[in-house]
Amino acid sequence: MKFSENWLRTWVNPELSSEALAHALTMAGLEVEALEAVAPAFDNVVVAEVLEVVKHPNADRLNVCQVNVGETQPLTIVCGAANVAAGVKVPCARIGAVLPGDFAIKQAKVRNVESFGMLCSEKELGLAEESQGLWLLPADAPVGKTLREYLELDDKLFTLKLTPNRSDCSGMVGVAREVAALAGSPLKPLEIQIQPVTLSEQLPVQVADAQACPLYCGRLVRGVNAAAPTPTWMLRRLERSGLRGISAVVDITNYVMLEMGQPLHAFDMAQLSGGISVRKARNGEGLTLLNEQAVVLDEEVLVIADDARALALAGIMGGQGSGVETATRDVFLESAFFNPDAIAGKARRFGLATDSSFRFERGVDFAATRQALERATQLLLEICGGSAGAITEVRGELPQRAAITLRRSRVARVLGIALDNIQIATLLKRLQLDFVVKGDDFSVMPPSFRFDLSIEADLIEELARLYGYDNIPAQAPQAALNMLPYSESQRPLARIQQTLVARDYQEIVSYAFVEEQVERELCGNEHPVALQNPIASNLSVMRSSLIGGLVGALRFNLNRRQTRVRLFEAGACFAKVNDEYVQSQQLSGLAYGATLPEQWGAAAKSVDFYDVKADIEALFAPQLLRFVAATHPALHPGRSAQIYCGAQAVGWIGELHPRWQQQYDMAQPAVWFEVELGALTRAAVPHMSEIAKSLPVRRDLAVVVDEAVAAQTLLDAMQQVVAPYVAEVALFDVYRGKGVEQGKKSLAFRVLLQDTQKTLTESEIETSIALLVDMLQQHGAQLRM
Amino acid sequence: MQELQQILDQALQQFAVISDEAELEQVKAKYLGKEGSLTVLLKGLGKLSAEERPAAGARINQVKQGIEAALQQRRDALQQNKLEQKLAAEALDVTLPGRGLGTGGLHPVTRTLERIEQLFHSLGFATASGPEIERDFYNFTALNIPENHPARAMHDTFYIDPQHVLRTHTSPVQVRYMETHQPPLKIIAPGRVYRCDSDVTHSPMFHQVEGLWIAEEVSFAMLKGVLADFMQQFFEREDLAVRFRPSFFPFTEPSAEMDIACVMCNGTGCRVCSHTGWLEVLGSGMVHPNVLKHVNIDSEKYLGFAFGLGVERLAMLRYGVNDLRLFYESDLRFLKQFN
Repeated sequence: MKFSENWLRTWVNPELSSEALAHALTMAGLEVEALEAVAPAFDNVVVAEVLEVVKHPNADRLNVCQVNVGETQPLTIVCGAANVAAGVKVPCARIGAVLPGDFAIKQAKVRNVESFGMLCSEKELGLAEESQGLWLLPADAPVGKTLREYLELDDKLFTLKLTPNRSDCSGMVGVAREVAALAGSPLKPLEIQIQPVTLSEQLPVQVADAQACPLYCGRLVRGVNAAAPTPTWMLRRLERSGLRGISAVVDITNYVMLEMGQPLHAFDMAQLSGGISVRKARNGEGLTLLNEQAVVLDEEVLVIADDARALALAGIMGGQGSGVETATRDVFLESAFFNPDAIAGKARRFGLATDSSFRFERGVDFAATRQALERATQLLLEICGGSAGAITEVRGELPQRAAITLRRSRVARVLGIALDNIQIATLLKRLQLDFVVKGDDFSVMPPSFRFDLSIEADLIEELARLYGYDNIPAQAPQAALNMLPYSESQRPLARIQQTLVARDYQEIVSYAFVEEQVERELCGNEHPVALQNPIASNLSVMRSSLIGGLVGALRFNLNRRQTRVRLFEAGACFAKVNDEYVQSQQLSGLAYGATLPEQWGAAAKSVDFYDVKADIEALFAPQLLRFVAATHPALHPGRSAQIYCGAQAVGWIGELHPRWQQQYDMAQPAVWFEVELGALTRAAVPHMSEIAKSLPVRRDLAVVVDEAVAAQTLLDAMQQVVAPYVAEVALFDVYRGKGVEQGKKSLAFRVLLQDTQKTLTESEIETSIALLVDMLQQHGAQLRM
Repeated sequence: MQELQQILDQALQQFAVISDEAELEQVKAKYLGKEGSLTVLLKGLGKLSAEERPAAGARINQVKQGIEAALQQRRDALQQNKLEQKLAAEALDVTLPGRGLGTGGLHPVTRTLERIEQLFHSLGFATASGPEIERDFYNFTALNIPENHPARAMHDTFYIDPQHVLRTHTSPVQVRYMETHQPPLKIIAPGRVYRCDSDVTHSPMFHQVEGLWIAEEVSFAMLKGVLADFMQQFFEREDLAVRFRPSFFPFTEPSAEMDIACVMCNGTGCRVCSHTGWLEVLGSGMVHPNVLKHVNIDSEKYLGFAFGLGVERLAMLRYGVNDLRLFYESDLRFLKQFN
């Protein structure tokens, strides 16, 4: 809601500066988004008439003008503007004037001719960015009057950011009422004169849907001059509210809407066939709107129609071919109350947001609907002439306004301050709310213009608002103290993140929506969860894995000459399973480039599968993981594995498939992992076991096996053996090359043997080792001597 | 006697110039070895009379001890010298950089979230969470935003299907939590939220922290106290001015928008605060009775306040980040500044 301060002050004129008024409104919940002056500061500029224009004797492009500024003697002014001419009226900055940009006007000699002022363009007065020549004022502009006074330039523009509950302030009457309540100033009521009925005709009106339109008022006005000019004062107020002048009749309906908050519509009688009906549209019924948009309607939409066709989207926008033109002689004026429920969402459905729909979907004062029609008639007859018929009013069930009980004790409990009955009564009166006091309770009747007041809490907010939120003290909370539970079998996400940070990974946050192609290619997901209204085609589906964001971030950084990139992200991934949306929290990381940052004394080595595997093992420690070779659409088929924690598959690790590496222009392979966060946050509470009294004995076993044999196979096999005293078997070396046949590899295992009570004898050790060796040989391993 | 003194002097002189341990041992033999001059003198003692012998022996021994002492001293000096040379040779260039892995870092949003959570945990708020693909019911209806309410238009909602949206705020967690927990309750709910809007100041995805306190004795005055305290602690500015303005949220009544004095210009007016001196940082209010009714909490017995704050907004103000989009570009040159 944008309006002129001067207009507001015709109703209520508190002793507050513009800034103080703006602050008061903001602090009362009517946020003033902008407060701007209509014109920059300047003075001593008057309306002048150019009497005579003579070529400057010493300059081709200059003229010497005699200018009437309303004094007996005209002023001699040298002017260079091309459009200067005898008889025009222009703004004249007199000597002593200071124009925007601190430009002082002095008496000056221009090429030997004395000049006593300056004729101005709009740009020179700071009222336009650009202008062509002098500002030519209307012929009836009063000579000698200051321009500020003549054009009412000492005015400021308020822009309110209205919250949806305050539709009452989408009209000046409502804003004025609010200001009066805030400032405690008297409010001058809007005086509406009932116009005499001089026309016996009435147009029949039928309301088929009284639920959607509980009140419809209309009247016929014949013999209007629709081409009459809109008065300057009205045009000025419209423009200062951000509305363009269109034609007298339309301007009048807009003006009354701004004034009273009631949207109106005017039909050209000559274009109507038969009477008016308010009904639901028929399925498939078409209508071309005033903005030339053709819409196809259905039974959800309320229209104003005549006997032949739909004329307007009720409460939203008029249609083409039935509106008032300059040639229009007879007008049918409409002022109706549409139920917010009937209008809400409809404008948006057609991509519209109109001044009318804005008001109706929030609620219009139905007690003023008929008055608004009277007001519009009054202005119409004044400006365009004509004679008005009687108002046709069709009235249904209007919204019920029930009295609200407001308890003093509840006010104190909710707000934390004690207001006494007198304070409450005073605040209610300032808000123009009628009430009855019963002890400490108030029975308050919400007025028709306040759609937002229906329960006690609403009234408590009103009291607090007027009392001032700032005047309610900030109070330290008081409550019984209870410790928060702190489970030790849940590892906090922060600690998991910290582990990756310590291992040189940088956290990123990427969008949860990705390109459909990414889901298909990298995740093999043919049916991702899709958005109905994505913000961009490359952000159209919900991710099922974090890989897309990580690969995107890697590419972003590679394009910025980063050579070593290690990233991770924790976040939700989405899937639809059996008609349910499943959202799982995942942790995913990506490493690219050298294992270590470039440094002296450490040979450069590209990060590989095993480097990242160690990171995952560290993340899960002390839980032990198993890695099982498996294929994934994003990964190199020979360098990828599924990660198991116990029997549960918890994630993936692998080198990016060479296909994607090439497609994404990466010089080296990236290693990626993703694990379920849930598996990581589980943690067992430690329980101590006995520490062995003797020292462990170590034996190393080196065997040669076929390349195809996985180390895990041998480890698992040895695990199966019931070999006494074996406390640990671990692989510590892999060797290929001299001494080992082509196609084979040598694996070296460390075996630790131990008894908790005694030192082992050589024969006990040998017996156990022999069992292990036997098992290795069963798996085709040859002991290496 | 003269002879003894000469031997001692000579030995001391010789030892002093020797710089090699092996040579020192050879020279030692000259005096103390089997054929050494002092050994010879000791052997000669037998030729002396029993009366002369003790005194002569004592004198020789005295010289012998002098030589041995000098010898040991020289040995120590040489060893010390050798050690010093070794240490000097082993000296490192301590200015060379350390080796090994570097360290990564947390995203500034995570860093900010942790800070917010810590502060509210200290007041006993527990952390709760909810789904990001949310049912329309929880995102709107249960929060007193019926279908077609103008407030829905303000939310720029992403739709998955007619019943499911990407949650536009963390407020639905309030409802889910109240459905399964009995008051009194006190939670915060941090998480990602989505709005179909993108420009310098809007991101289609961002983070919020929702707060909810339901108890018999909470009030608007307490809401003011908790939130003012939070902002002052978050920005570590005890004198940080705050103000509360009436506003509108369908799920709170009374509702309040909270402003803090601009932390960039200290309230004098700058580009960041649009020259108002104030920054809008949070929406809040007393939980609307309709919301409590949805979850069968007796609004006569219990009162509550709720708030929702934008994490990126706070991070931007705290760390001087001037473009929201930087948070999601994953530019290492940006991210590493928060390590």
